[in-house]
Amino acid sequence: MQVRVSLDFSAFGRTRWYEYVVRFLFGGAITVMAGLLAKHFGPAFGGLFLAFPAIFPASATLVEKHEREKKQRAGIFHTDRGLQAAAVDAAGAAMGSAGLVIFAFTIWKLPPTWHAPAVLLCATAGWLLTSFALWRIRKDH
Amino acid sequence: MLQLLFRFAVGGTMVTLFAFLADLLKPKSFAGLFGAAPSVALATLGLTIYTDGKSYAALEARSMIVGAFGFFLYACGCSYVMMRFKVPAIAVTTSMLSIWLTFSVGVWLLFLR
Repeated sequence: MQVRVSLDFSAFGRTRWYEYVVRFLFGGAITVMAGLLAKHFGPAFGGLFLAFPAIFPASATLVEKHEREKKQRAGIFHTDRGLQAAAVDAAGAAMGSAGLVIFAFTIWKLPPTWHAPAVLLCATAGWLLTSFALWRIRKDH
Repeated sequence: MLQLLFRFAVGGTMVTLFAFLADLLKPKSFAGLFGAAPSVALATLGLTIYTDGKSYAALEARSMIVGAFGFFLYACGCSYVMMRFKVPAIAVTTSMLSIWLTFSVGVWLLFLR
């Protein structure tokens, strides 16, 4: 079955401004925490937290809530659809986390002579390509 | 203090941008990829390379591989429990963070310390 990736601009109406504020605060907090942990316990420990699923609980909960509200607007009140959407979102995150392994490996192994933007760009491309490839393989089989 | 505030702002912005993109994308399984986007890592490692050098960032990145494997286990677990046992997302995704923590810190204690 062919699955197309598209942009759904109606999502603007479903997401409230404070939901982005929550993500901003969580994201900022975990970035500061990762930096502080690296300073106090060394980079080998702090580095673990660069892949800490800090905002995933908030994201999955919002996915569940938005899908449930969508069904309720359609007059369907008893449904597991919200939970199923959150489970699918988590399955996607699992594939994204496999891409994270490639992201981290790229930064670890690229020569120190490379400039920072080039290193981060290569690593991000590695994350995106790996995640997308895994997603396509799963969809096609 | 100023550096911490800067880290906070950069990290928060990166996370919000990736979340914004994930909200717009369809289908949900594809948007889910962005739930594990390297947003915090991009913010942190970018700043670390400039302040502490590439070798320091490389050490962080090596440990991040372990954290990413932990994230994989965590996300697979969350997906399975929500699909199989119909437990609310907030309860599953927060309680399962213990899996990430146990795995990541465990591997760090055994092999990276």
